[in-house]
Amino acid sequence: MSDIQLWTLIFVVITFALYIVIAYRSRVSDTAGFYVAGGGIPASANGAAIAADWMSAASFISLAGIVAFAGNGYAGSVYLMGWTGGYVLLALLLAPYLRKFGKYTIPDFVGDRYNETARLVAVVAAIVVSFVYVAGQMAGVGVVFTRFLSVDKTTGVIIGMAIVFFYAVLGGMKGITWTQVAQYTVLIIAYLIPAVAVSAKVTGIALPQIGFGTILSELNGLQQDLGIAQYTEAFTQTSRANMVLITAALMFGTAGLPHVIVRFYTAKSVRAARFSALWALFFIAILYTTAPSVAAFSKYNIIDELGGTQGIPLSQAPDWFNTWAGVGLITQAGEAAAPISELAPDSVIRFTDVTINNDIIVLASPEIGGLPAPIVGLVAAGALAAALSTASGLLLVISSSVANDVYYKKINPQASEKQQLLVGRIAMAAAIVVAGYLGINPPGFVAQVVALAFGLACASFFPALVLGIFWKNCTAIGAMTGMIVGLGVTMAYMLWTIDIYGNSDGIFGIPETGFGTVGMIINFVVTIAVSKVTPKPSAEMQELVEEIRYPGRSRLVAAHAEGKDLH
Amino acid sequence: MDDTQRREYWRRNLRLMAVLLVIWALVSYGAGILFVDALNTISFIGFPLGFWFAQQGSIIVFVVLIAVYVWQMDKLDKEFGVDEVESEVHS
Repeated sequence: MSDIQLWTLIFVVITFALYIVIAYRSRVSDTAGFYVAGGGIPASANGAAIAADWMSAASFISLAGIVAFAGNGYAGSVYLMGWTGGYVLLALLLAPYLRKFGKYTIPDFVGDRYNETARLVAVVAAIVVSFVYVAGQMAGVGVVFTRFLSVDKTTGVIIGMAIVFFYAVLGGMKGITWTQVAQYTVLIIAYLIPAVAVSAKVTGIALPQIGFGTILSELNGLQQDLGIAQYTEAFTQTSRANMVLITAALMFGTAGLPHVIVRFYTAKSVRAARFSALWALFFIAILYTTAPSVAAFSKYNIIDELGGTQGIPLSQAPDWFNTWAGVGLITQAGEAAAPISELAPDSVIRFTDVTINNDIIVLASPEIGGLPAPIVGLVAAGALAAALSTASGLLLVISSSVANDVYYKKINPQASEKQQLLVGRIAMAAAIVVAGYLGINPPGFVAQVVALAFGLACASFFPALVLGIFWKNCTAIGAMTGMIVGLGVTMAYMLWTIDIYGNSDGIFGIPETGFGTVGMIINFVVTIAVSKVTPKPSAEMQELVEEIRYPGRSRLVAAHAEGKDLH
Repeated sequence: MDDTQRREYWRRNLRLMAVLLVIWALVSYGAGILFVDALNTISFIGFPLGFWFAQQGSIIVFVVLIAVYVWQMDKLDKEFGVDEVESEVHS
């Protein structure tokens, strides 16, 4: 066993033990605890939990690589702005009002504010989006286990499933939330240490957010010499209009994702919900402002180690290069992506002659930066924390949708607390098994669909939620028509344009990842138009919508919480 | 709160939201995308300014915007007597 494997094993065992202890101490015995942690999580802890929930294996492992390699450098800004800017919308437009409204799930809001058919549409959308996401997380767990511990993928995923099973089934939202607080701590430390070390080593400035400014002009020069667009130059891959559309789809999609929104129900009060949003974005911003610096430093180091414009003979390639080429994550450039091993040992390689997988950047940056083995082990534990925390949050959405919105609301409204909790736990266990299976045998289109989930969320949920809160006369038929048209148009466009189905250029060159914005606008227009010509909601419903605008206890919200039908 | 107070509370909430959302759009869609070329001619602590807004500045401003919102809404809640107990937030 190598040094790196030993340290990885030590960190993984320590962090997993920590999660189990926390989960055991926060086990629950009622549905409110299982679904929303009894609405009793302090704001700072809730913020850390939201941050861990939000930052998935993709944020931790791939984000820096996407910024560095998927475009020239600037093009990756859509993800940096898109995946943070949505929190401003959440904080100002949704969080306080949904907290005041109460209840447990997004379908609860849609069902209670509009009608039961709308609830079903929301349940299906929430479950589909969550399963697509969670499969990606489990696959991420498998990747970390295979690359760092030489355990095979199936065993890796099963170990991950067992850990999530233990704390999610036992503790529900309460167990998940407190474990996520620990997972946030692990992942942010694991992300910051190598970033700070590399920045200090290259520039002498320990703060990576400032440090990477000093290498940008040199990096621009290197890329220009290699014949690629400068790192900071705008619109070399993506046009101005498409940058706006994609960023908007990611922002509004963030504000429409069920596993994020549900976290504001766990806050203690309206005020705590606002504070939760602030803490969440603060904790997320620490990683999201560090990621572009990791991207710039890694690209700079990699171009440098591969001999800049001259290149180096393959026989003199650095160790990390051979390691990752060996597992096929560095290949020859070009469509065919032929393995490096096909090249003669004396052939000269430059940065532009190879294709480097996005996922390597974070996992290999300690190695590329020449940092010691314990740090590499820590990064692996951080990646696992990111994947597991997101997986557990998504599994809870699936479980509560099944147990609360389908079983309790549709099948057995007389169910006791105990029965509901049992169904919730069984649904959770089943969801973990399905997620694990999808993680081991990922359908080919998962990666593409995950990126599209944002478009679907913003074209379906966001208008229904915002209009439901801010416009008393928004009717059930209006919202339903809007959701179905928005979702339908967006899905049709995506199927028409993505590679595996149609591979068309689309209309006006709008990419499938940006079309969610168009779908959302269509949804808004349809919802408003239909609401204008359909009968207004009942006077009591309008008064309920009025009451959720103000913090504190109020009559109809209380009546509604006890189950009164206000339609 | 009576009806006049409710209307006043909501009007001020909406005004605050509008101001913050305009800034939100200006730093991200404005400085980070639409006007990025012009801003890139200005250098800011080593960064071309437009690029800095796209990868650092907008994210920092987002955090500040939510902080201002939380702070101003706290003040508004107190003024209208609908503030919630401190221990519920920080206990």
